[in-house]
Amino acid sequence: MFLQRFNLRQTAPFIALLVLILIGSLVHPNFLTYSNLIQNVAARTAFIAIIAVGATFVMASGGLDLSVGSMSAFTAGAMILFLKSHEASGGALLIAQGMGLAVVVGLFCGLMNGLVVTWGRIEPFIATLGSMVILRSLFTWLANGGSLSISPELKDVYAPVYTGSFLGLPIPIIVVLLVGTVAALILYKTAFGRHVLAVGSNEEVARYSGISILRVKLLTYVIQGLCVAIAVILYVPRLGSANSATGLYWELQAITAVVVGGTLLKGGRGNVWGTLAGALFLETIGNILTLSNVNVYLIGAVQGAIIIIAMLIQRGLNRREI
Amino acid sequence: MEAPTRQAEPSLNAASLSKAYGGNTVLHNVSLTFRRGEVHALIGENGAGKSTFMKILGGYIQPSGGGLSMDGQPIYFSGPRAAEALGVVLVHQEILLAPHLTIAENIFLGRELHGRLLTDDAAMRAQSSALLASLGSQLDPRKTVETLSIAERQIVQIARALSGHHRFVIFDEPTAALTPFESETLFAVITKLRQQNVGIIYISHRLDEVKRLADVVSVLRDGQLVHSGPAKGLSPTDMAHLMVGRPLGDLYPAKANSENAERVLDVQDLTVAGRVHNASFDLRHGEVLGFAGLIGAGRTELFEGLFGLRKASGRVDCAGHKGGVFSTVNEAAAQGLAYVTEDRKGKGLLLEKPLAQNLTLARLQQFTRFGVIDTTQENAALDSAVARFDIRTPRKDIDAGRLSGGNQQKLLLAKTLLSDPNIIVIDEPTRGVDIGAKQQIYKLIAQMAHEGKSIIVISSEMQELIGLAHRIVVMRQGMVAGVLTGASINERAIVTLATGAHKAAA
Repeated sequence: MFLQRFNLRQTAPFIALLVLILIGSLVHPNFLTYSNLIQNVAARTAFIAIIAVGATFVMASGGLDLSVGSMSAFTAGAMILFLKSHEASGGALLIAQGMGLAVVVGLFCGLMNGLVVTWGRIEPFIATLGSMVILRSLFTWLANGGSLSISPELKDVYAPVYTGSFLGLPIPIIVVLLVGTVAALILYKTAFGRHVLAVGSNEEVARYSGISILRVKLLTYVIQGLCVAIAVILYVPRLGSANSATGLYWELQAITAVVVGGTLLKGGRGNVWGTLAGALFLETIGNILTLSNVNVYLIGAVQGAIIIIAMLIQRGLNRREI
Repeated sequence: MEAPTRQAEPSLNAASLSKAYGGNTVLHNVSLTFRRGEVHALIGENGAGKSTFMKILGGYIQPSGGGLSMDGQPIYFSGPRAAEALGVVLVHQEILLAPHLTIAENIFLGRELHGRLLTDDAAMRAQSSALLASLGSQLDPRKTVETLSIAERQIVQIARALSGHHRFVIFDEPTAALTPFESETLFAVITKLRQQNVGIIYISHRLDEVKRLADVVSVLRDGQLVHSGPAKGLSPTDMAHLMVGRPLGDLYPAKANSENAERVLDVQDLTVAGRVHNASFDLRHGEVLGFAGLIGAGRTELFEGLFGLRKASGRVDCAGHKGGVFSTVNEAAAQGLAYVTEDRKGKGLLLEKPLAQNLTLARLQQFTRFGVIDTTQENAALDSAVARFDIRTPRKDIDAGRLSGGNQQKLLLAKTLLSDPNIIVIDEPTRGVDIGAKQQIYKLIAQMAHEGKSIIVISSEMQELIGLAHRIVVMRQGMVAGVLTGASINERAIVTLATGAHKAAA
């Protein structure tokens, strides 16, 4: 039973990650340490991983969201502005309100993207390219071209959300695992998740089966917005500020993580845990290269090449199955 | 003195062809000779090895054993291009055209005509028009393929196959998507090709066509050649026996009596812009109501309109609903109506998903507990569907696309009947389905009518409608041309109404 179900395509991202960890442990003695693997790699992956989980839904339904990076910056900007304007009242309650605001902003951005794609019938690529530019511009406007920061006192109150740990695990990692678990439950075990995959697999079949395509697609963008908000809630306490580099290229990293994780770009197949493995995979490559003293400016090139190789392998696996 | 032997007989010869996938042999030592100027029909149930055989002939796959020769010379096809170069071309059953390109661009795709520098579009258009005209079609070669109906696309595909000079043309179920009218044109083309000394290899499930066209009939069963001989003296019933290896009995079950039964559905003035104009009909309890007409007569559009799959207007009256057309499939389902699409691969099943997920897709809410899908219950539903509809599958966890056409159709029926509807509309119930599965589907339809369900069957196969239906609504150009009942049902009457011949004669 297990062997029959064993599916190389689904397990490939995890095998790739294991191989990479093996290579890393051979390359550098410090690689396989708690502080490196958990605190450096895993915690740093958290933002991209959470956003990529949302992107898994969008892409599994056959959509695409290019705006997540700008959306992160805008949501962070809005949250920081709110916190700054109420700094006098300080404290945990204010931070909770800020988190609530981030969620509302994220949901709203996702809803807008979803409406333009479904109700407006605009190709997701174009629709979210538009919102990517709009949100980036809005952030720059909010920050008046520079950066936005919360006061050091407030940052001290907020910081544990990023730096703290629970049962020996940093909080960002716990959040990633929670988001992943809930997402996997939704995608694999609920009617909505099944409908997402059906819409991505063949929209006409879904329509003829009585599934509301509009609703399904709209919800995937809303979920993406929520995931961005959660990522921002973890991101803001890290530095207590946001600037023009915030969220830059996050959409590309998220899409890469999703695709490396085994979700089909054309939709119909989604792999939540694969996405998390994909996000870790990307960060681990960077980490190994940094530990081996590769020129920092070249890390991107090597990462890109490895991604292409990973995709070629995946293509080979898909072909073999046919 | 002996007659001089003919030099290198003009033929395509397959010697002991075998094909195995993994440990599964799908073709065992099949030897056949196809002659030019002859129509050679290849028949067999789905899974008998027909498609494997013809894919080898067309160069799409390589045999595991045996080989091909032409005119006595051994030949080897590295791919479909190599086969075409030697004059062997396969006309696919499925439409393989680029939807956004024009008809002419599709016909010349990959072998465009060139002027000195650029493509010679005028010449390609002119040649396309001529080709289409030879097929009895007036289609404008500048139209894009996406605007064409399935039947028109099939014609374009045949035109594409015939645009070279071919010695052998393989037709794979060419009439599956055609109306009787369009099929006639195709038969004329085939007859003409035969006169031009082209060898025709004809694969079809429609045995009456085979009887009409073929000079030679070969029968495959379970990957083996069980019969090959002249078509003369072989009746369609004999062919069916050879295909299934057992007597079939009557293809059509007895019809239940539904006269004077109460009316369960009344549709008035249903209109779909540009497609259907003020169509009205009613359906009775326990009745099988047939819908006949040419492709493009608006039958599918009528029911897609009724079920909210297209914009439509009209009045609908059934047990729990009085008013306009349904706005969604779900709304219709709530009133006990279900629609089985004609396009099972494009609109009916998720070919890349497992059987169970396909079965439950439209009724997932029945299979969730506290919002979570109960896969045990889902698999149980699949087990009972497999048993009830006799869905033949090697394993239960394979993807729907791996099933044969007939078994996909049974799965689609099972999926639609999961909501336990009282009124079932089945569009082309047996398209691309072999004779064994056909008989099972007919039995199922009759049985459901016996149980008091009301069924509408849309079909382009007149025999099927005549065999199943109590009454037949004939549509022409988006309108109901007439309703035939009881003794007045016959092919002539249907064709007359469908083509409007009675008006021309008057």
